[in-house]
Amino acid sequence: MIRVTRRLEFSAAHFYHNPKFSADENRRIFGKCNNPHGHGHNYILEVTVAGEPDPRTGMVLDLKELKEILQREVAERMDHRHLNYEVPELAGKIPTCENIAAVIWQLLEPKITKGRLDRVRVYESPDLFADCTKETNGAHRGAQP
Amino acid sequence: MSPGLKLSITRRYRFAASHRLYSPAFSEEENKQLYGKCGNPYGHGHNYVVEVTVSGPVDPATGMVANLGELDPFVEQEIIEPFDRKYLNEQVSEFRENVPTTENVCREIYRRLKDFPTARLERVRIEETGNNSFEFSDDSGEAQAAP
Repeated sequence: MIRVTRRLEFSAAHFYHNPKFSADENRRIFGKCNNPHGHGHNYILEVTVAGEPDPRTGMVLDLKELKEILQREVAERMDHRHLNYEVPELAGKIPTCENIAAVIWQLLEPKITKGRLDRVRVYESPDLFADCTKETNGAHRGAQP
Repeated sequence: MSPGLKLSITRRYRFAASHRLYSPAFSEEENKQLYGKCGNPYGHGHNYVVEVTVSGPVDPATGMVANLGELDPFVEQEIIEPFDRKYLNEQVSEFRENVPTTENVCREIYRRLKDFPTARLERVRIEETGNNSFEFSDDSGEAQAAP
C-alpha cells in the first residue's frame, strides 16, 4: 500500500468560547484563546490518501484532482474566514484543531473516490497539530457527537 | 459528528542537554568501536525536540482531546524541568544505569508521561538532531526503560 500526502495552507481566525460556561470558566479553561476579538493562524492541512497505484497510471489518485478537492472543500470554506462565524460545519463547536480535523475528514471522505482517506492532519502552528484517522479496533473514540 | 473517528493531538517541546554514550559492559576498545565520537569522555549535547501525542475522545464542551493548559505544565514538570540544561548521564537517575541513547531517552520520557490524567499517551517521538529521530509507542504493553 502507498500513502500519498498533499498539503494545503490556509489562514483563518478563531477564538474559544463556550456559552455554557461563565466568563471566569471560559477564561480559566481557554486562557488567552478566549479573547473575544479572536486571533488567527496559518493552518497547514496534510491530507493522506492510501491505496494501491493503478497499474496503468502508476498513481493512487491524481494529485491534481486531490488539489482541486482541497481547494473546493477546504480553502473555499475556511481560507481567510472566521471559523466561529463563517463555517457552518463548525457551528456550535469550539474550533480547535481537533474539531477542524474531524470536520475536514467528513468533508473529504465522500469526495475521495480513488484510494481511501487515511489521515487528516491539521497544524495550528509548527508545535501543535491534530490527527484524525479511522478508528481501529480497540482504539479510543474520537470525534465529538 | 460521526463516531468511528480517532483524534489525537501532538505537541512539540524542546530541551537542551548533554550526554555521553558509554557502557561499562564493554571494554574501552569495544566502546570506542560501538559509540565512536559519541563516547567522548567529556560528553556532548543536543537540542532535543520531543513530540508528545495524546489521543482520546474530544470533549464537546471544550472541543479538545487534551487541554494544553494541563498538558504543557505536566510535560514541563515531568520532562523539561528535570532534563533541560542537564548532563543526562549524571543528573537524570535512570541514566546512571542505562546508556542515554535517544532510544532509551524516548522510553524514559514515555514512562514519565504515561500517567497523564486526561488523555491516553499515544506516542513519544524525539528528534535528537534535524537528521535523526526516534519514536516509542506502547504497542506491546511495555513502557519501562531498558534494564
